[in-house]
Amino acid sequence: MTTETETNKYVSYLDHEGKYKGIFAWIFATDHKRIALLYLYAIAAFFFVGVTLGELMRIELIAQGETIMNAQTYNGVFTVHGVIMIFMVVIPGLSAVFGNFFLPILIGAKDVSFPKLNRLSWWIFMVGSAMAVASQFLRSGPPDTGWTFYAPYSTTTGTSVILATSAAFVLGFSSILTGLNFIVTIHRLRAPGMGFFNMPLFPWAIYATAWIQLLATPIVGITLVMLIAERLFGIGFFDPNLGGDPLLYQHLFWIYSHPAVYVMILPAMGVISEIIPTFCQRKIYGYKAIALSSLAIAGVGFLVWGHHMYTSGMSEQARWFFSLLTFIVAVPSAIKVFNWLATMYKGSIDLKPPFLYAVSFIFLFIIGGTTGLLLGSVATNIQVHDTAFVVAHFHYIIFGGMGFAFFAALHYWFPKIWGRMYDFKQATIGWGVLFVGFNLLYFPQFIIGFQGMPRRYFDYLPQFHTGQVISSVGGLILAIGLIIMVANLVKGARKGAPAPANPWGGSTLEWQIPSPPSVENFDEEPSIKKNPYDYQ
Amino acid sequence: MSEKHSHVEEHRDDEASKLGMWLFIFTELLLFGGLFLVYSIFRSEYHEAFHKSSLELSVTIGAINTIALLFSSMTIAMALTAMQKNNKKLALLMIGITLFMAVIFLINKYFEWGHKFEMGLYPGSPLMPLLDRGYLLYFSLYFFMTGLHALHIIIGMILLFICLFKVKNGTINNKRYSLLENGALYWHLVDLIWIFLFPLMYLIS
Amino acid sequence: MANNVSHITEYRVLGKVLLVLMLMTFLTITVTSFDLGAFSVTIALLIAGFKAFMVLTYFMHLKHESLLLRILVGSVFVLFALIILITFIDYAYR
Repeated sequence: MTTETETNKYVSYLDHEGKYKGIFAWIFATDHKRIALLYLYAIAAFFFVGVTLGELMRIELIAQGETIMNAQTYNGVFTVHGVIMIFMVVIPGLSAVFGNFFLPILIGAKDVSFPKLNRLSWWIFMVGSAMAVASQFLRSGPPDTGWTFYAPYSTTTGTSVILATSAAFVLGFSSILTGLNFIVTIHRLRAPGMGFFNMPLFPWAIYATAWIQLLATPIVGITLVMLIAERLFGIGFFDPNLGGDPLLYQHLFWIYSHPAVYVMILPAMGVISEIIPTFCQRKIYGYKAIALSSLAIAGVGFLVWGHHMYTSGMSEQARWFFSLLTFIVAVPSAIKVFNWLATMYKGSIDLKPPFLYAVSFIFLFIIGGTTGLLLGSVATNIQVHDTAFVVAHFHYIIFGGMGFAFFAALHYWFPKIWGRMYDFKQATIGWGVLFVGFNLLYFPQFIIGFQGMPRRYFDYLPQFHTGQVISSVGGLILAIGLIIMVANLVKGARKGAPAPANPWGGSTLEWQIPSPPSVENFDEEPSIKKNPYDYQ
Repeated sequence: MSEKHSHVEEHRDDEASKLGMWLFIFTELLLFGGLFLVYSIFRSEYHEAFHKSSLELSVTIGAINTIALLFSSMTIAMALTAMQKNNKKLALLMIGITLFMAVIFLINKYFEWGHKFEMGLYPGSPLMPLLDRGYLLYFSLYFFMTGLHALHIIIGMILLFICLFKVKNGTINNKRYSLLENGALYWHLVDLIWIFLFPLMYLIS
Repeated sequence: MANNVSHITEYRVLGKVLLVLMLMTFLTITVTSFDLGAFSVTIALLIAGFKAFMVLTYFMHLKHESLLLRILVGSVFVLFALIILITFIDYAYR
């Protein structure tokens, strides 16, 4: 062979031949892009299991009385639906997939700071997921406590709580290590010339998210260990008969689980902050405000957890405090929404699928967010706590918010990841069906919830029947929309037209490199702009 | 091959490793933080019971353990200084003393716990649920917190043993001591936790 | 980036810090042997906090680390303190 030349020959990361062969080239990979795809495929599979469980619940609820399952089974179904969706889909979701794939690229780096730790994160994720699945079938039957595992029921029920909570503990470890990796990466591996305030907004979002993952997760970790110890040894922390306090469990649980929802939504908002400028061909309005609002949400988000507990027996002063902080934490989110809208105003708008998902995100997030205010105010909370209203609220925020942002990210970065393009028309149809189905599924639940329909009930009074039917029909339409969307993307990945480096006219670094990227991302030194959203 | 070696070297980032260890330390602080939170709640609710239960603990042994850990914190810091000054012998000696102090701590712990077990006090024992509420909570917390702490002592010892071997075979040297630095940081964390655990468990009488 | 020999903590300094720590330990034990009611906890925690500060600053080398790291460490303790305080808003008034 001839002597080595300066320029590296381009090899897509998908085709690169390394030390390992076949499947091992993937499961032993340390390339952040391969790890991102490993997470994607696993999470997609878990998502579809979670959706199926959700659809089973909708079938049960389409009629009064026992339709396809009894009460105990229903309890098991909503529990595992929550565990899978929360711990195996939505919390890792955007960070582990798109954070892994694009964080290094967006800051001009070749990989994360600790690639082997990254690989370990994925392995731990898979082990935890296997344990969660196992808890359904092994030992004494699927847990029936809800994904929240409230004491004292969780400390006394005969079902496989220990296995399920151990699974959550292991999954938490994966989350912590990912957060650690991303924080160090952002501090150490930004390309020369890229200060913190020259970074695009997705890395900012990932940064804020990583801090929450790092600091909040250990608390739920120790809480679950306490729960297990209570089951095994009767240590008394949460058992009122032994001098403990069930509310203490709720405090400890929500001290993590509230910040966790910001782990879900912050990267989603980061994605939207990337898509909107590109499809309006306009600099984002209020870059610094959006960047700092991510940190503000992360910080204040640690102090609001009690709004899940207004009716639990907390002191009046506590309720007052948490309500105040909850209203405060809404402000930085609102700032983002206003800035996105301002960016669109008089922009050169291109209604491609990523933008459709981004705009519908804003719409659904506003509904979810404002209904959150209703829940955040103590007096109105009493009416709607533990009703279908709450279920509708968090599905609008998590599914309508994070979920739609995930789909937006998929459609936005698809050409970069797989080097191919999907069909726009089918993507748009899929989006439309999905959007209609989603609203039909969840909006009625606001109404019947407000009227008194409890959550986690498999049966209900006759006055809620109409709402439940509309909701279940919506669920069916949603499923069809998901199938259309996924089928289109799979088709595109397999035999879509080859995609150019910059199909959307984006200005951030990922669009400067080939689609798909080469193994070390940048074969030439990237040119770092002071303003990441620099359009002609 | 020299190319591969320089490839690895150019990826070496000691500042990143140090930051990473500090971040991990944060997670450990919050892990124990959850337990300190539980402790503070129950202590305020069962003030008298906590006070009386802590009389079962030996302040002397607790003090010896505290001094052992503080001393070991100094010796591991000295080990790092020695390594930075290329004094391999002293570094090995200091790491050895640190490990020895850790063993003393664990032996004391063994006797403390053994004594409790003999009295019928252990998690899940038939005696525990018969205790009055505050007493049960105090001892549950005692075993949980000192147990989790002891686990971290063991993890720290494993880390330091690895450092010991690597100093011995020259992998850790005065040009490359990140592993020892970070191992020492982890050890200091274990000491930090005990600094709070000691007064809260032993000195509330 | 290889280790910069930026600052090495002298043996002497480490020895002095240990002496201070042992002194503080002795002080804690002595003070808490008197019945000072609620003050006992406060004093014990203050002394423990000071000991922790010494370990962090000298043994863990924070005195010579970047401002960023010092702010981060401080922030973690502040966050933890806030969480305890806020939880007590519930328990103190029930």
